[in-house]
Amino acid sequence: MPKLTINGIEVLVEKGVTVLEAARFLGIPIPTLCHDDGLAPASACRLCVVEVRRGLEGRSKLLAACSLPAEDEMVVHTNSARVQRARQLLIELYVATCPSSKRIQDLASAYGVHECRYEAEHEDCIQCGLCVRMCEQQMMAGAIGFAGRGANRRVSRPFDMTDKRCRQCGACLYICPVCELRCAGPAAEATLCNGCLNFAPVCFQSYDDAMCFLDPCHACELAGPLRPDVKIKTRARATVLSGEKQ
Amino acid sequence: MQAGLDGRVLTFTKAGFAAPACRGTGGGTLVMTETELQQADSILGQFDDRRANLIAILQDIQAHFYYLPEDVLRRLARKLRIPLTDVYQVATFYRCFSLVPRGRHQVQVCLGTACHVRGAPRVLDRILTDLKLGAPGTTRDRQFTVLTVRCVGCCGLAPVVRVDNKTHPHLTQAKVRGVLNKYRLKRQSQEEVASAEEAGDRDATAQVG
Ligand code: SF4
Ligand code: FES
Ligand code: FES
Repeated sequence: MPKLTINGIEVLVEKGVTVLEAARFLGIPIPTLCHDDGLAPASACRLCVVEVRRGLEGRSKLLAACSLPAEDEMVVHTNSARVQRARQLLIELYVATCPSSKRIQDLASAYGVHECRYEAEHEDCIQCGLCVRMCEQQMMAGAIGFAGRGANRRVSRPFDMTDKRCRQCGACLYICPVCELRCAGPAAEATLCNGCLNFAPVCFQSYDDAMCFLDPCHACELAGPLRPDVKIKTRARATVLSGEKQ
Repeated sequence: MQAGLDGRVLTFTKAGFAAPACRGTGGGTLVMTETELQQADSILGQFDDRRANLIAILQDIQAHFYYLPEDVLRRLARKLRIPLTDVYQVATFYRCFSLVPRGRHQVQVCLGTACHVRGAPRVLDRILTDLKLGAPGTTRDRQFTVLTVRCVGCCGLAPVVRVDNKTHPHLTQAKVRGVLNKYRLKRQSQEEVASAEEAGDRDATAQVG
């Protein structure tokens, strides 16, 4: 049985177990977008990067944990500075690709991505391949698949016609990480959520059409009713807000 | 205006080729004749029904029909017992495969860095005007398909154009016509042969009759 070290904790795992599973077994969270327990790993999103060194010598590498089989003498760090940087950059890029996705906005919030420096693309797919794998591996249908390549790669039905294998089960919708839409509250057009930070009063409860279930909500955490002591940067209605806060 | 084989009409649109069906099926796909389907079946029959043969089969189909007809892909998927998406995925991935009919000769104009610097865009322009094309694509008579490619790996010969599997080095605008004519001539002589044969046949039948 391979014995590896994850964040300084030694763990013995069965052969064939991935680093992601080993880390989850230890209760160490690793964010993922394209991983699902019931599906074969595709390593498409790279969000699960961890820093891995084999043995005591050698340089460490950033590898995708979801498809990395645990090996003897592996030394894994799931939250080193290097990993954090890579992860944040990835999340930032995903936010720019699909700003309307709740899952991605949640990740941005949870991993401290406070700005998005890229132009929003408003794509409706991040090509994680979950729906394709779901259809093929769990629904045993294989009615949808990827087509094209490079910038033209897309999820599609063959010849743009619904295959007779499709039972309209909706599993692809269920598993898609971008189908769930984010809050359309005070900052619906902003690329990055947490737009509530720029408004006053900051908490979502003050807005009728806000349905912010960000998990966790940065606006609430940093400036909401829970933390009145934190002074935040504000843009809109700055005077009102700072007046309240001081 | 009608052109092409069997009276099928090809319309050039921005998205590529829309090929309206001729025999009143109303669909957007080309209808295959019985003979064509038989030919396709005989190609499919040459291989074991193994998924590993997928690309080889597709190559043969492409070489025979100059595109991958939808009907044949459906048959292929059924025969190999794999989802149609798998076939479709491979067929749309590689540039050597095409789902819309291509010409008999493929003209690949290299627009890689070296060729670009040595005037490939002008050569491309010339080829397009010569073939009366507005943009890379297939000519109306389905003799030529012009494709632009990135470096084909012989930058020393820039600018390079590959027609079918032959590489034509050091092209200039002036040389374009000559190169294309080689392929055109071949086609004309083929036609001459064909018409001669036809005439011969007619004579033969006339004699018999
Ligand atoms: S449609 Fe959704 S599940 Fe499918 S690849 Fe795109 S983002 Fe992933
Ligand atoms: S979860 Fe590992 S690459 Fe997406
Ligand atoms: S750039 Fe044309 S062959 Fe290399």
